[in-house]
Amino acid sequence: MDTTTIKNNFRSEEYQINMGPQHPATHGVLRLLLTIDGEIIKRVEPDLGYIHRSIEKMCERDSYQQIVHLTDRMDYLSSHINNEAVCLTVENALQLEIPERVKVIRTIIGELTRIASHTLWWGVMGMDVGALTTYFYGFRDRELINDIFEETCGARLTMNYNIPGGLMFDIHPNFVKRTKEFIAHFKTKLPEYDLLLTGNIIFQKRMEGIGILSKEDAISFGASGPVGRASGYSCDVRKHHSYSAYDKVTFNEVLKTEGDTFARYQVRILEMWESLSIIEQLIDNIPEGEFFAKTNTVIKLTEGEYYQKVETARGELGVYIVSTGTKNPYRMKFRSPGFSNLSLLNHIAVGGKIGDLVATMATLDLVIPDIDR
Amino acid sequence: MTNEALQSLISTWIPELEFTEEKSQFLNITVQPEQLHQLMTQLKSNSETNFDYLFCLSGVDWGKELGVVYHLESTTHRHQLVVKVKTEDRENPTFDSVWTIWRTAEFHEREVFDFFGILFNNHPNLKRLFLTEDWDGFPLRKDYVDEINMIIK
Repeated sequence: MDTTTIKNNFRSEEYQINMGPQHPATHGVLRLLLTIDGEIIKRVEPDLGYIHRSIEKMCERDSYQQIVHLTDRMDYLSSHINNEAVCLTVENALQLEIPERVKVIRTIIGELTRIASHTLWWGVMGMDVGALTTYFYGFRDRELINDIFEETCGARLTMNYNIPGGLMFDIHPNFVKRTKEFIAHFKTKLPEYDLLLTGNIIFQKRMEGIGILSKEDAISFGASGPVGRASGYSCDVRKHHSYSAYDKVTFNEVLKTEGDTFARYQVRILEMWESLSIIEQLIDNIPEGEFFAKTNTVIKLTEGEYYQKVETARGELGVYIVSTGTKNPYRMKFRSPGFSNLSLLNHIAVGGKIGDLVATMATLDLVIPDIDR
Repeated sequence: MTNEALQSLISTWIPELEFTEEKSQFLNITVQPEQLHQLMTQLKSNSETNFDYLFCLSGVDWGKELGVVYHLESTTHRHQLVVKVKTEDRENPTFDSVWTIWRTAEFHEREVFDFFGILFNNHPNLKRLFLTEDWDGFPLRKDYVDEINMIIK
């Protein structure tokens, strides 16, 4: 092997080792084939498909109402936003006028979903790098959001609250009150996150300067969401291709320029503050009116191609529908944020240590069902 | 840049391109496989178009033809464009890889190869991504048959 080197009389050579498919830091069944030299990573090759369910093929068989239920199971932590993406595509294709009430409720629940996803990420990310306490803090706050969801639509995770045309039910009478209670609660808890982890010098030393992604690479690799924004790449779909009620609210797109693991961490923490602010702007101004627009029982899209992108908690989710005018899509493609974000892992992990890889992967915030669609 | 301006600029590069805005919210370009790489390189490198963000790459089986659809966006000008390439060769469909232009294409092209059996020239690592190496056939093709796992209506 030409890479073999002799250092201080010890022979060093490259060898391959499996990380996963059941490794706790891969957050699901992802196998990484690592080529390492000692503890230095030379190459990371992801092996996918352990839980591939062929959702795109199933969609070709299903009606548009049924498809919404499948999309929950992609990125299950952003299930509401996934549903919204499909509904928006279908609604745009039908040129359906959606009630303002629906848009506002979708936006509020979408932002609650983002906070729920980020709190879970924060909890497990801390655990990945050895800070066990964060897990309990993160899950404590996420439970409150799940309770709100459960009261309104009966489910805590895979919500299926959106239907093409609007929402399945109106919001629960307690929804506004409980959401406000949550905001007040979370505003006192979010600074604790900073006290516990962000400002911790051991944690900072662990995260800073590893897994660096430049802005040019972020664009070239199709990075999106907090991963792209931590590299200074302005890629927030809510800003650039506004949908639902995002044009009615003011919020900052959180941008960092360092592009390292700690920058990605900070972007997510700051994004939770922005989400809180978006919800606050809307929660007292939910317009009265219908919670859905009438559609035909059998939805047929006019022949053509439709594309819609939304910002999930992980980044840009794209829905591409090719329709031939029947009640099923001819071809349905989901451009998932995790898939593109995973593709850059090899690029940013090479040259680092295995411990760095765990921290880097934690801040890519991969959800494997989102990649194995 | 507006769609009209894009069309008049890009049509000066390669005369045989087909442009259409029908049945789509984007400007669509259909390009011959031989000219794909040249067009894509120019779309990225020309400062007026600067399509630096490939946000979606999908394989499509149109029945008679197999092809790839590229959704492009410019992060500086914020205009969007769709490029399509098609071939009637279902035995050995081959296009040039665009992974040197947009790195994200490396994974997306592997996915297209996995499900449609479309080959990409000069791809660094073209092998199955989701399915196992010994998988028979390409599941997202319209003529794929799996009598055990598929319910044919």
